[in-house]
Amino acid sequence: MKIKKNIAVSESGFLFDSNSGDSYSLNETGKEIVKLISANKSEKEIKDYFLENYDVDEAIFENNFNDFLIMLQNLRLTE
Amino acid sequence: MATKEKLRYERPVINKISAGVTDKFGMSTKMEVIKEIDNVKVTDLLKEYGSPVFVVSEKTIRNTVSEIKQAFTTRYPKVQLAWSYKTNYLNAICQIYHSEGSWAEVVSGFEYDKAIANGVAPNKIIFNGPDKSKKDLEKAINNGSYIHIDHFDELYDIISLSKTTKERPKVAIRVNMDTGIYPQWDRFGFNYENGEAWNALNRIMLSEKLDLIGLHTHIGTYILTPDAYGVAASKLSELAVRLDKKFNHKIKYIDMGGGFASKNTLKGAYLPGKDTCPTFDQYAEAITNAIINSEIDPQNMPTLFLETGRALIDDAGYIAGTVLANKRLANGRRSMIVDTGVNMLFTSFWYEHEIYPAQEVSTHTEDTTIYGPLCMNIDIIRSAINFPLLNKGDNYVLKRVGAYNMTQWMQFITLRPNIVLIDTEGKTHVIRESETNETMVALEKVPKHLK
Repeated sequence: MKIKKNIAVSESGFLFDSNSGDSYSLNETGKEIVKLISANKSEKEIKDYFLENYDVDEAIFENNFNDFLIMLQNLRLTE
Repeated sequence: MATKEKLRYERPVINKISAGVTDKFGMSTKMEVIKEIDNVKVTDLLKEYGSPVFVVSEKTIRNTVSEIKQAFTTRYPKVQLAWSYKTNYLNAICQIYHSEGSWAEVVSGFEYDKAIANGVAPNKIIFNGPDKSKKDLEKAINNGSYIHIDHFDELYDIISLSKTTKERPKVAIRVNMDTGIYPQWDRFGFNYENGEAWNALNRIMLSEKLDLIGLHTHIGTYILTPDAYGVAASKLSELAVRLDKKFNHKIKYIDMGGGFASKNTLKGAYLPGKDTCPTFDQYAEAITNAIINSEIDPQNMPTLFLETGRALIDDAGYIAGTVLANKRLANGRRSMIVDTGVNMLFTSFWYEHEIYPAQEVSTHTEDTTIYGPLCMNIDIIRSAINFPLLNKGDNYVLKRVGAYNMTQWMQFITLRPNIVLIDTEGKTHVIRESETNETMVALEKVPKHLK
């Protein structure tokens, strides 16, 4: 999965889609995931990063991560 | 080597920013966090007493009683509170109100016996309600309790019993009336406007067998208009004046019943209840003005009884609990499942209960539906709330659940939890133990052929 090239994300978690003109807000973990996907990290690399740096169970993260990816797809922010 | 401290995890979320109309009331979008109740940590309560757990603050109860007393006694010389048992009849809770000087207001034989067992003097029990058996009435008459008559059949039962009872029955009638509010509660008591109430009073006086000592009304529930109480107090005062004129009989008290609103928000309300709920001062001003300004003889002003329940205890009750799961509904909406169901939060059928996280959260929220744990479609605690991103296992606190939930709750599918009281010194006490399977089957019997 890749984030579309026309998507811009600010440090504060503000995401702008220049194609549609829509803007979104991301929380800290959401912003991290978008940035990691943009940096071409694999799903496994992203999961490992979170398990190492955040206080979270593998199952909970995997569940949330999959749900978040579906949201990104539904909002047409990925290609 | 020191291990690296990990960051607090919050589930990832993305929300579309919509440029809509700004909120003209400027209500804060930042959600309060409740980590402690009366200085006791929520996490400690859950650890010790299990999740979920009802928590009642004795300090809040006593402070609220003090507020209502202040509002009424500064405006009227004789005021007496009577604790509405049906609102919360846990013995420990009733004892707090009795220790503050409240009488007992009961609406069934069961509640009557509970009040007696709580050590309330029988002549400090007000017996209301449409269901009083002959046995209940006989007991109440002989004990000298105050009986508030609901209908003519009850009146004739009392007249008939008075021929054999040791004591003369001490009675009042419940009066229903138009106070300008909707719905008008006309199913209880005798109607004022059509003359039924005056007729009942005449029959009581002419029977010469009963002591008519008071007049009672209870105009409704969650009444947001203090003026309605003013109208009701004027109408009861007018009946008192007519009794004095016709029979030279002075009643001892006017009982305004209950119905004061609490700070909870009704479903469909545009503004939160904490902003719209009248103060005790506003109710007191309306009621006492009406009685003082009536034609009642100033030398014989009746005692003002109040049976306030909801407004005295709602704020003292909390539920602390745990998030069971998060899931996404078919339409993309977020839902969260918590361990408090509508079976133990009966009031969620008419209130948008306040629910808060019990640990730090970020400012991010998601439009969420909060479900209880029951395998029932109606088990919805909040159908739409902008709620922080709690994870499975995180804790929450539901506020203002002190009224009715601990009496109207249902045992359904699961067992009801502990109820814990935090006393004025911050010590915790279980005042009702959580149920067990044994408690639930104790009254069951299986016929021999099914064993």
